[in-house]
Amino acid sequence: MTEANLRTPLYSAHIDLGARTMPFGGWDMPVQYSGILAEVNAVRTRAGVFDVSHMGRLYISGPKATPFLDWALTGSVQSLAVGRARYCMICNEDGGVIDDTIFYRLAEDRYLLIPNAGNRNAVVSWFNHWIGAKFGGECVVDDRTEATALIALQGPQAVEIMDGLCTLDSGEQPSSQRPFAWAEGKLAGETIFMGRTGYTGEDGFEASTTADHAQTVWQSFLDQGALPCGLGARDVLRLEAGLPLHGHEIDEETTPVEAGLERFVRFDKEYVGAEVLQRQREEGTERRLVGLTVPGRSAPRQGYAILHQGQNIGRITSGSYSPTLDTSIGMGYVLQGFAAPGGTVDLDVRGRIIQAQIVPLPFYTRPKRK
Amino acid sequence: MNPDDRRYTEEHEWVKLEDAGSSQALVGITDFAQEQLGDIVYFELPEPGANVEQLGKMGEVESVKSVSDLFSPVSGEVVEVNAALADSPEVANNDPFGDGWLVRLAMSDPAELDGLMTAADYESYISGLS
Repeated sequence: MTEANLRTPLYSAHIDLGARTMPFGGWDMPVQYSGILAEVNAVRTRAGVFDVSHMGRLYISGPKATPFLDWALTGSVQSLAVGRARYCMICNEDGGVIDDTIFYRLAEDRYLLIPNAGNRNAVVSWFNHWIGAKFGGECVVDDRTEATALIALQGPQAVEIMDGLCTLDSGEQPSSQRPFAWAEGKLAGETIFMGRTGYTGEDGFEASTTADHAQTVWQSFLDQGALPCGLGARDVLRLEAGLPLHGHEIDEETTPVEAGLERFVRFDKEYVGAEVLQRQREEGTERRLVGLTVPGRSAPRQGYAILHQGQNIGRITSGSYSPTLDTSIGMGYVLQGFAAPGGTVDLDVRGRIIQAQIVPLPFYTRPKRK
Repeated sequence: MNPDDRRYTEEHEWVKLEDAGSSQALVGITDFAQEQLGDIVYFELPEPGANVEQLGKMGEVESVKSVSDLFSPVSGEVVEVNAALADSPEVANNDPFGDGWLVRLAMSDPAELDGLMTAADYESYISGLS
């Protein structure tokens, strides 16, 4: 039962940088280096770099890869062009979220899918179950997580930094990539795979490379002034950007409709969980995910009760002081009648009752840049 | 690094007698505590006039990622709260043993100090934690 946590190819680099680490999803991961507030600020105003190698890299290929993924994912797979990526959910038969994921179409019948660290094994088992049960074994899941690294470069200067370091195999610069497109290129002489994607609300890339080459890529970003950032900053950034985190806003007992993620769900195809999601879309759900703001710096935290006139109407799923907005923010589920932005509710903050306002998500949208 | 002009608790607070013979003392958190907490964003502290008990809950400190209880090292009445912390809680990160003090107490039983750890005791206590 005391199996050691995994370590990414960059673990010793994090220790050398003075990172504080903690177990997360079966891995020993850096939580912070210089401090969460400084790291959040760097990503919002300059550039930050994150080791996200704990996230999975699953390569799915074979003649039935496309129909299989269309069965397993809430988003449309066959309509996705080669060269592009999409965000969606993997649901169980009840519409509950096994995981949320970004997947890249590498070729007609070949995909790269990124599950969350703690859900990787569950996703592989779930996929293999359906590949055997419904697709005659005609595609394979190749888990290359531990042989590779994944590094996120995020922030308004991310594109400029990447352009200075990397040339795409097409001969173009990384800045030519559109959001949710992927490309391969050379960085410090080695091949990297990068998507114009992220989990911070800023522009940037998520770049995968071999474990051997990870240190070189990481150091190249640091040398260009990107600040090393840990999971602490990543959590604040994603919360400010209104992005859900599995285990908080979504889990196997929560559906994408309840979580307000309908835009990542197709209602015109057959897949696992479709019937429940279709019915919820037509009939509505009892509860709904909302954003809340609380004046001041005392933050709502996961598990706090949400009240209306003393009655329990929901609970907080994530919360933090937001350094970017200089107020406290949170997300949580409330009964439908209380979900409209502009309304006020009460939070039970360890026995103190504090008023919170329901606001639209996201809390933060990056300014348009020329 | 932990000044030897004060006493310490296992909850990582310190208490420092202001002058010999005085019963007023400053209370704060240790450098170890602020390092563990990371960036501090908010203190919930008692009002002046409130009575606190030795090792009783005195307030809360929030960092970006956590909420922790604060425990008073000694019993007494709160005389003053460090007003600087309301707008700049990070002072407790930057100078936990100095400008980052939390409250000034009028101690009701100065003998309580004798039961707390010295700087040397506290050093060996925290070295056993990591």
